[in-house]
Amino acid sequence: MESLTLSDGEQRYYSDLFVYCDTDNTKKVASNGRVLDLFRAAQLPSEVVLQITELCGATRLGHFGRSQFYIALKLIAIAQSGLPLRVESLNSVKDLPLPRFVVGKNEAEARHAALYQEADSQGIYPGAGVIPRPPGRGLQNKKVTPVVPPVVPVHEVIQALAPASEPQCMVQPDSTSPVVSPHQSPPTSPHSWRKHKRQASGGSSAADRPPAVATAPAGVWTQFREAPTVPVPVPGDGMWSAHSPPPPPVQETWVSFTADTPPSSAIPAMHPSSVQESTTVRTVASAATTNEIQRQSSAYDDPWRITDEQRQYYINQFKTIQPDLNGFIPGSAAKEFFTKSKLPILELSHIWELSDFDKDGALTLDEFCAAFHLVVARKNGYDLPEKLPESLMPKLIDLDDSAEVSEAAVDVGYSGSPVEVTPNKSPSMPSLNQTWPEMNQANEQWETFSERSSSSQTLTQFDSNIAPADPDTAIVHPVPIRMTPSKIHMQEMELKRTGSDHNHPTSPLLAKPPELSEETKLAASLKFVADNAVGEGYSSSDSYTSDQEPITRQRSHSGTSPEALKVVGAAPPPPPPRPHPSHSRSSSLDMNRSFAAGAVAGQPQPGAIAYPPAVPPRPLPTQTSMPHGGHRSEVEGGGGTPLTASAPTTVTTTTAAAAAAATPAAPATSPHLIPHQPNFADFSQFQAFATSDQPSSLPEVDKHSEAAAAAVVVVAAAAAGQVGVLHTVEKPPEGAGPLRTVKSDGPAEERTPTSLNSAKGASGPLAPPPKPVRRRLKSEDELRPEDEPHGPQRSNLIAAVLATQPSIPRSIGKDKKAIQASIRRNKETNTVLARLNSELQQQLKDLLEERISLEVQLEQLRPFSHL
Amino acid sequence: MAVCIAVIAKENYPLYIRSVPTQNELKFHYTVHTSLDVVEEKISAAGKAMADQRELYLGLLYPTEDYKVYGYVTNSKVKFVIVVDSSNTSLRDNEIRSMFRKLHNSFTDVMCNPFYNPGDPVQSKVFEGMVSGMMVQVS
Repeated sequence: MESLTLSDGEQRYYSDLFVYCDTDNTKKVASNGRVLDLFRAAQLPSEVVLQITELCGATRLGHFGRSQFYIALKLIAIAQSGLPLRVESLNSVKDLPLPRFVVGKNEAEARHAALYQEADSQGIYPGAGVIPRPPGRGLQNKKVTPVVPPVVPVHEVIQALAPASEPQCMVQPDSTSPVVSPHQSPPTSPHSWRKHKRQASGGSSAADRPPAVATAPAGVWTQFREAPTVPVPVPGDGMWSAHSPPPPPVQETWVSFTADTPPSSAIPAMHPSSVQESTTVRTVASAATTNEIQRQSSAYDDPWRITDEQRQYYINQFKTIQPDLNGFIPGSAAKEFFTKSKLPILELSHIWELSDFDKDGALTLDEFCAAFHLVVARKNGYDLPEKLPESLMPKLIDLDDSAEVSEAAVDVGYSGSPVEVTPNKSPSMPSLNQTWPEMNQANEQWETFSERSSSSQTLTQFDSNIAPADPDTAIVHPVPIRMTPSKIHMQEMELKRTGSDHNHPTSPLLAKPPELSEETKLAASLKFVADNAVGEGYSSSDSYTSDQEPITRQRSHSGTSPEALKVVGAAPPPPPPRPHPSHSRSSSLDMNRSFAAGAVAGQPQPGAIAYPPAVPPRPLPTQTSMPHGGHRSEVEGGGGTPLTASAPTTVTTTTAAAAAAATPAAPATSPHLIPHQPNFADFSQFQAFATSDQPSSLPEVDKHSEAAAAAVVVVAAAAAGQVGVLHTVEKPPEGAGPLRTVKSDGPAEERTPTSLNSAKGASGPLAPPPKPVRRRLKSEDELRPEDEPHGPQRSNLIAAVLATQPSIPRSIGKDKKAIQASIRRNKETNTVLARLNSELQQQLKDLLEERISLEVQLEQLRPFSHL
Repeated sequence: MAVCIAVIAKENYPLYIRSVPTQNELKFHYTVHTSLDVVEEKISAAGKAMADQRELYLGLLYPTEDYKVYGYVTNSKVKFVIVVDSSNTSLRDNEIRSMFRKLHNSFTDVMCNPFYNPGDPVQSKVFEGMVSGMMVQVS
């Protein structure tokens, strides 16, 4: 280690610095962190710093001892004065100026601003000095003189200025120490050091604020005061005057930005010396500056953090637009405000997207601060982030605070969303929420969502947000209507079903009552499942994730409905049929209407109503066909062929599954089918629609279901159980044929209408056009009322069926074949329906998975809205 | 996964159109343009029926050999058109609906931005990001 001779001034300076860096208070070793920060503050190229470090021996030793530190400081001074770094120069250079360290804090910037103010005509920045920058407050009227290596012997200068600076030093700390407190980060101490050294040019403001802004420890304070450094006025001025021109333009823009734009010192803390950096870059053109900035920014944990002064400034700006700090700034006002910043509209738009956290078109205080911060950053050359930085995310707002949300400040256009829901603006949604389609809406949607768990509500909010864009458009949202009624109606239907089951448990005309009861159970459960499926279908048909609640409730209902069945024990409801994807809301409305009608009709006679809701079209046909099939097998003798003929005509396996599934439930549903005679007419119409709809571009599923419905219709028709039905079944099963035939046999066949209706119901929801659905619903409506009157007639039906049964043996020979054929047909129907059942179960599983995923997402998002 | 997504303004000019296979862009632009007729037809048909509210989701507008075109119209007569590859048969109607819903939500967010003038091309990065997420991933 070469011997180092330092002048007194240098000695003091270095010892002060060493003490500053000696965070561990070892008196021997300066902490590397501080040292490196200090070196960075020296604004030297990193290579130079490395060289210095190496030269002083720190790299060799691995730490900065006092001697190394002193050597390094001297080398820094050498480097800053432009001399080549040589170990020999340590002692040879005479009159070496003290090393300069760049200040990196707002205080420094404020001081710069003040300096600029004085350097340039102060009129340029009327507001710059007025801006309540804490660092600037106390320093506004004082010149900020850069730390200029005193040309004169440091010692003399120091001494000369010491007395002058003393009083000011005394003053400064008092006025600025409070300000200093926020910036307690170590890196600022070198800055404070530097400020301490800065002196007004020519001694006019001889003692520039001593490290007022710096957060130097008290001890350092004292030392600084004692060892003031006086930069040479002239060179200092020269240097700063060179610096001043660049800042003014920047500050000018700030001035034009708002009435009292902050000086460039308003730059976020992340670029503590951004102003200086910009100036030094321009004037010094040092490669170290960029490195310094990066390092300085990394010195702070979060480059996007807003300092307190900045936040205070933002708050003041917010107040100018919106006096109520808890209120909102409407989008238009914010647009005007930020347009003043002269940033391109595209960037402002991006900033808005980042900062408007809850996407409600208005800015809360936090959002405003974030936006302002981003604007400031952008103006200083920092690229906008893709996502809102963590530190800029608005804090959670208490739900209660938003009572005054819908204040006049909020745009009328935007009033839709706050008014609609609890005027709660809780911008606490994390950025990942932005991917959530519905959740991204304002917190109001959160409220509704959590309250109702209905996407319909969300969508309602959504539409209201669009209102401002086109106020002329009437915004009506169908979803909510769909949801609630369907739920209610589902329940009603289930109730009805329960009642109908009561009526018909014994109505199955099959000769095997026990089988019937079982099948009734199955049918009932199937129906319940169908109802649930329908409800589920409604809720999830539009894949609105929030529809899980209704589904759950309906399922619970289905769970209870079997229990409600007095006659038959509750069987586990089979999976609900697949919701009809094409089931538009309008059609669901129709369904609701029909359900309402049916519910109304059914309510009075809960016991007598056994209406299988038309909602689950697929299960219905299956159910209906099954009882028919079962019934036929028992009752009719000659109905086998048609059924067999119809079964092979099944277009898709779904049909077969449906048929198969329907078979087991046939007996139970048959009682339901019995009373529904007049539905033939509707059915045929429906079938016509179904067939006509088939050419329409429907999803495959729809086609499948249509085919299934058609097949089911055929099956149901075949399962009529009477000779007349056989005739009808024999007719071409596709299109309106079976319907017409069934229709013709309607009066004679009571069960057929039910099956037809069920089939029609099956195809109805499948067809997107609402008309068939309406028809089906109407038929269902008719079914329901028919159920009531027919309920009491159960005994008659039974008698009728029984009457037919004796007729079978009459033509035993022929009947045997018919029976066998019907058995075959029933078996085929069974398989078809079983396949349909499995497919529907699969669909149910899919929907359940969707629901689970959505609930998980909801859970993830929910905590944020209620924090 | 869509092959082309377009947002058409009320006056039937595109606000945003993006297709994945960039070499066939013109073909998709043409397809979207011709689909507007079908959209208009569906809108007017539904309007005449005067259901309580017109269905926003229009469903499959028309299929061709290579692809299918789906439509969606908002209450402010802004139309969304999605073109999907026919070979992608696994796309269910629900998925298409969810895609439209996401589009609608993102478009609303764009609208809420006070710096966005209705009628301007949509340049929001968030919107673009969302659309990219829905497009077919092409290597």
